[in-house]
Amino acid sequence: MQTDITDMEHLSTEDRERLALTGLEVGMQNRCGSFFQIDQKVVQTTCGAEGIEMLPIKVALEKYDWMKDYYWNAVSKDKDKYTQYLARQESPQGLVVIAHEGVKVAMPLQACLFLREEPVQHVHNIFIAREGSEIHIISGCASSWQKEHGAHIGVTEIYVGKGARVTSTMIHNWNPGISVFPRSATIVEEDGIFLSNYVCMQPVHQINMYPTARLVGKNAVARFSSIVVATPGSLLDLGSRAILGAEHTSAELITRAITTGGTIISRGHILGEKDNTRGHIECKGLILKDGIIHAIPEIEGTLTGTELSHEAAVGKIARHEIEYLMARGLSEEEATATIIRGFLDVKISGLPAVLQKQIDAAIDKAESGF
Amino acid sequence: MLDISDLHVSVDSTEVLHDINLHIGQGETHVLMGPNGSGKSTLLKAVMGFGGYTITAGSIIFKGTDITNMPIHERAHLGIGMMFQHPPAISGLKLGKLLAATSHMGEDAIEALAQSVNMEHFLARDINVGFSGGEIKRSEVLQLKVQQPDFIMLDEPESGVDLENMNLMGKEIAGLLEKDVHIVNRRRSGLIITHTGYILDYLEADQGHVMIGGQIRCHGNPREILRVVKEKGYGECLRCKQI
Repeated sequence: MQTDITDMEHLSTEDRERLALTGLEVGMQNRCGSFFQIDQKVVQTTCGAEGIEMLPIKVALEKYDWMKDYYWNAVSKDKDKYTQYLARQESPQGLVVIAHEGVKVAMPLQACLFLREEPVQHVHNIFIAREGSEIHIISGCASSWQKEHGAHIGVTEIYVGKGARVTSTMIHNWNPGISVFPRSATIVEEDGIFLSNYVCMQPVHQINMYPTARLVGKNAVARFSSIVVATPGSLLDLGSRAILGAEHTSAELITRAITTGGTIISRGHILGEKDNTRGHIECKGLILKDGIIHAIPEIEGTLTGTELSHEAAVGKIARHEIEYLMARGLSEEEATATIIRGFLDVKISGLPAVLQKQIDAAIDKAESGF
Repeated sequence: MLDISDLHVSVDSTEVLHDINLHIGQGETHVLMGPNGSGKSTLLKAVMGFGGYTITAGSIIFKGTDITNMPIHERAHLGIGMMFQHPPAISGLKLGKLLAATSHMGEDAIEALAQSVNMEHFLARDINVGFSGGEIKRSEVLQLKVQQPDFIMLDEPESGVDLENMNLMGKEIAGLLEKDVHIVNRRRSGLIITHTGYILDYLEADQGHVMIGGQIRCHGNPREILRVVKEKGYGECLRCKQI
């Protein structure tokens, strides 16, 4: 265990607020563990939950020989130039979480990655949930309020063991000049459940990511939910992919996208390659001000026993919905905001109340800008 | 309460309502009948102020205020309410949240009103999403009970409602229109579109009107008009030229 609270205390009020929006609880209320990395420096790693280990990746690689089986396994080193860049680093930073067999913790663990001064922050995270375990991880990624340019490159490899359940909630809060390249992949074994939630409501230069879940064991389930807003000048090229690689697996990819002038490319791909598999992609987009929402849902089946579907809709708020609320006494602006709030209200099942609150807070904060 | 004078309304540049005159006094309930497509719903929507219903001539005066060009929500604040026949389903918007946003009532008061129309389990549901016909009507009545308008327009309150729900609806609508208050003290007024006249089993209406081809062609005792329409259809009204 390593703690260095000094650096956190030195954060400016503005930065503390930005971090709080991504879910960082400096006081650790409602958190059972915490990891905090500023630029390339790990300033806090602490975990109070029995049966859960949180370690900086360097420590984990030294401590456990078997860690190498998980390091660069779900994500390939040669996937693209960003993974190659990360693989070249002599001193990898990032977080490893290990939930030991049967350990279930309802209280979330927090991982906070903060880009403050350096041009590039790189992280490599590995989350391992052993058989029958259950963990919730909230990853908050943010840049300092005065950071104008920079890049964040992150690899996250998640391993959901037999009957395990992992909820990964990621909230981004960048600046208009920051480029972000997360590269994530998850492997889900028999009866495992992987829930991924992603929220990005604040301006950013560019985000490019396409996390993949490979369902390799029977009855495995993956669900990706994304709530994103593209402000003018933001390019969000986002997607998620699920590979139904075992019988009775299922996946759902849900996106709510709003543009107020930026560009959103919302990709999705489900590959059904085993019998009795099901997958569904749902992308709904609202164009509030002229911008681009480009939905590219792909469903690919390779045999008769798979059932895949998708629905995508892009447009403006229906006039008759606004007028319905106006007839009840709301002004046009109030009616519009009320409908947008509802639009973003994706029901995320199995999410602890504290995490739902965090997501709601991020949405409420952004909503005041519509 | 409501004075509509020489009103002409166009939809997509085509005149749909021609020279409508209608006066509804305080405490009065009027019934509007007429064949499908005659313009009844258009009149209600024009009075509520919906976009797409352009008033090309005439005026609408409500409680002495000219509302002809007033935004919808200001009309609502003045005391106009409407029960929609086909309200939109809005995913993510909870019925309870909408009720809280449109009133100053506390949660308990809203909960009690919801119970009165068997809607307490719907407060946490997305508004009208997956609601049955009867549930939509009960939700509409609940919204009006929260809103407390002085003038209520009801677009076919009977449609899609089973007998049991009709009983509840009829009584609730009678309550909204203060039918339990002596006629001298009654303040609330209403305009009800009905095809079947079933609503008249639950409340008395003071006047009836028949709309045909975008014009109000006859006024009179609502039950008598209903009887004539039931016996002879609207052809009789077409022949009747009294305006």
